[in-house]
Amino acid sequence: MSPDAPAAAPALRRVDLGPFARNAHWRPAEFVFWLLPVLGWFAFPENLPLLTQIAITALFALSLDLILGYAGIVSLGHAAFFGLGAYAAGLLARHGFGDPLLGLAAAVMLAAAAGFISSILVLRGSDLTRLMVTLGVSQMLYEAANKLTDITGGVDGLQGVEVKPLLGLFAFDMVGRTSYVYCIVVLFLFFWIARHIVHSPFGLELRGVRQNAPRMPALGVPVNRRLIVVYTIGAAYAGVAGALLTQTTQFVSIDVFSFPRSAELLLILVLGGTGSLYGALLGTLVFMVAHYLLADINPQYWQFWLGLLLVLVVLFAREGIMGGLRRLGAAASAARLPAPNSTRVPR
Amino acid sequence: MTVLFDGVASGLLLFLISVGLSVTLGLMNFVNLAHGAFAMLGGYVCVLLLSRLGVPFLLTLPIVVMVCATAGMALERTLYRRLYGASHLDQVLFSIGLVFMAISTAHFFFGAQQQPLQLPAFLRGQLDLPGLDIGVYRLFLIFVGLAVAAGLQWMLTRTHFGAELRASVDNRRAARGLGIDVDRVFSLAFALGSALAGLGGALGVETLGLDPEFPVKYIVYFLIVVAVGGSGNILGSLYASLILGITDVVGKYYLPQAGAFFIDAVMVLTLIFRPQGLFGRGAAR
Amino acid sequence: MQLKNRLAIAALALGTAFPALAADPVKIGLVLPMSGPFAAYGKQIEHGVKLYLAVNGDTFSGRKVELIVKDDSPGTSGDVSKRLAQELVVKDKVDILAGFGLTPAGLAVAPISAEAKKPMVIMNAATSIITTRSPYIVRTSHTLPQDTAPIATWAAKNKIKKVYTLVADFGPGHDAEGQFKKTFTAAGGEVVGEVRVPVRNPDFAPYLQKIKDTKPEAVFLFLPPGAETIAFMKGFTDRGLAQAGIQIIATGDLTDEDILDAIGDAALGVYTAFHYSEVHKSPENKAFTDAYAKAYPKDRPNFMAVAGYDGMHLIAEVLKKTGGSADGDKFIAAAKGMSWVSARGKITIDPDTRDIVQTVYIRKVEKAGGRLQNVEFDQIVDVKDPGKQ
Repeated sequence: MSPDAPAAAPALRRVDLGPFARNAHWRPAEFVFWLLPVLGWFAFPENLPLLTQIAITALFALSLDLILGYAGIVSLGHAAFFGLGAYAAGLLARHGFGDPLLGLAAAVMLAAAAGFISSILVLRGSDLTRLMVTLGVSQMLYEAANKLTDITGGVDGLQGVEVKPLLGLFAFDMVGRTSYVYCIVVLFLFFWIARHIVHSPFGLELRGVRQNAPRMPALGVPVNRRLIVVYTIGAAYAGVAGALLTQTTQFVSIDVFSFPRSAELLLILVLGGTGSLYGALLGTLVFMVAHYLLADINPQYWQFWLGLLLVLVVLFAREGIMGGLRRLGAAASAARLPAPNSTRVPR
Repeated sequence: MTVLFDGVASGLLLFLISVGLSVTLGLMNFVNLAHGAFAMLGGYVCVLLLSRLGVPFLLTLPIVVMVCATAGMALERTLYRRLYGASHLDQVLFSIGLVFMAISTAHFFFGAQQQPLQLPAFLRGQLDLPGLDIGVYRLFLIFVGLAVAAGLQWMLTRTHFGAELRASVDNRRAARGLGIDVDRVFSLAFALGSALAGLGGALGVETLGLDPEFPVKYIVYFLIVVAVGGSGNILGSLYASLILGITDVVGKYYLPQAGAFFIDAVMVLTLIFRPQGLFGRGAAR
Repeated sequence: MQLKNRLAIAALALGTAFPALAADPVKIGLVLPMSGPFAAYGKQIEHGVKLYLAVNGDTFSGRKVELIVKDDSPGTSGDVSKRLAQELVVKDKVDILAGFGLTPAGLAVAPISAEAKKPMVIMNAATSIITTRSPYIVRTSHTLPQDTAPIATWAAKNKIKKVYTLVADFGPGHDAEGQFKKTFTAAGGEVVGEVRVPVRNPDFAPYLQKIKDTKPEAVFLFLPPGAETIAFMKGFTDRGLAQAGIQIIATGDLTDEDILDAIGDAALGVYTAFHYSEVHKSPENKAFTDAYAKAYPKDRPNFMAVAGYDGMHLIAEVLKKTGGSADGDKFIAAAKGMSWVSARGKITIDPDTRDIVQTVYIRKVEKAGGRLQNVEFDQIVDVKDPGKQ
């Protein structure tokens, strides 16, 4: 910019989306990660029901990561949307509309609608407030479902849930093959979408909201609107996870709304590390596999060891598994960089 | 009205157990979901002393207080202290991990069933006054609850320690700069919170029962009190507990069909209109 | 001796030396809540099963029994129970599924039993419809209506005309309320008030006060065994309802031996209908309780332990009858109509419904031998599940 240039209107500056695009590229580690489900199919063909549950819970955790890890909304009532999705699929299947994809669509719509309506409750307040409001709402939903035991089946569960074969071809068998492939595909699809969302400018805005919401309006970001959108998306994802559970187990009871489900989900996400999507997936994998192995060894007292695992993770790896991995990665790359030998002037 | 009286007693028991959580959360900004585990510890110590060692009920209470205070201080010094700077979520994960361990340990040593507790005869039964039937134990609970509330408030406003505590909470660095040993203050506050939880747990065995799942069964109620009362506010917790206790009991009497909804509805409505709780301080964090 | 004979003798010797190699173990998958809020159920049922094997050995018809215990905590999540059952069948290749502490577990796993044609022995879950969900299900515990109808009949016959019902507000509670009202009003009684309390309910004050104000002759109660039962019972005496002459009538879930000591003297005088009491007078029960006390001195035997014990007995007897085959159809064919005298009294597996037919006793809580016990004083024999009629 030379001082004696003519005083013309400054040219429009183009925003460099380079960093976004680079971040959005799939890293090699990600490809390796997504080979795991394939590996699971071949390595553990007799454990497919467990792997299917892991996939479903991973999707559920993903839904929480979207609202918590990216938008900073702490929720202890996310099971509300999970349950709504589960019942959408369940009630449809009960009354003759057992096609899985139809159930998924219904679950998305119902859960998203519920998320949209209830998003108004989480717009303001501190972490504790949101925690308690979401908790309160999901508890009331549980009680409401309990009152309507005639419709929901109550604690004993809905009877007559008959899920038709997927795409008319693949029946849900006892070994769990169809269930597994179905859930992995759905998980991957929704993960892919989520990945796009978080790497978009919208995703960046969300991160800004989480880090410093009062500042965001100054940057032209309508905070409330963004929160409503992300909460709705998060609810929809949770609804899908719930529908998958009903369809793969052909069973649904009001237990899907229960507080322990929401609480365990929060644990899983924090264990894995919030705000990275992969934290949700890794957290689920580690938590559920640990639970499974420990319960096999000691059906009565496995909880002690699981608790110890959580305590140790927090003491030695802040920000969960992803946090720990990041630090390992940073330590590794710091070891690779040349020693600071400052003849170069920073620009 | 008897029902009102019952609600007050119910609320005060809730207050006793929850006030410690309000202290640690509000004053120390630490989310300690293992708070219920200290209450459980208090309950089991009381049952052990009473049922297996024959210690009179009233005498078990100060022992429970001391045991829980010691446990709280020990855990604070060794584990909790490292996590003061950690994010709230990490604190949640940590304290839940502790809860899991506590539940399993209780299950291992005491079994999964309910623990028997027989109150001494002078604490049982009812006093029949005109128009009002007062349960003796409930009266006892009210008395203890109010005494504790008064004691805490006095401590906070009239003692040196209370002043140090308030200073440390408002501005840790400045307090240190004034020569206040903040670490010691927090240790003591944590011990106090745990001791109160233990006392509440012991007193609650009669009405709430005692089994290894205690910490997770009731943690929601404690959180509700802290959220509605405003964290860090002792009087706030008292009023919140009373409101919740009374609403719950009165609601269930007049509208039993809606029984389960009252507490949750009151909480949600309160928090929608006043996100910082009824008596919470503004966002001065 | 000729070579032929020597070879024959050698072959015979070899053949009899390794009979065990020929028979694989019978694998039984036990799906129970071993941790979490219903850990007490899982513990008692497991005690019963293991006690049977300890007393009677673990080999039947040349096959050794192998137990695989899976924890389906919390116990209310049918999806967890189902997944565990799937694994037991597909991976561990169990021959028999057993256990099931709560109804959702039973209902969720039933389709697995039907599809894989595996026998499924219900050792606690008490809702009527479970046995209809798979042709391979047998029950050795009880059904809720089976124990509820008798107390209603007894009450009506014993000059209790006005009853207030209080049940926990969930499926089983609704079923108990429904069955009680049906039987009681049919027998000429009147239900003067009813209330459904939240399942998680720490404070019974408002409900007790309401009952006190209504002044019925008796209160029919159904609460899940645990803290709520104790709170109610203690409150009942503390608040003077017992002194006011109001009786408590209920199914024996209320005075389960597991929680009776925790309720304490507040339980005295309560009338219940149930299928098992620790002080049931019979040689079989004496043997059972003695063995239990030796094996598990810290616990008291209750109906869940007996159901586990009898469930294992059923499996053992069926194996003996089928010559060691645990094939679904053979198992059920052998189980149907099987009848024996268990620690609780005579029980039969109904050949039509595969559900349990047993004697229901009317008992009163009294102090016996320094301990609170359910003392039986009346009985109705061969009670079938009214829920199916």
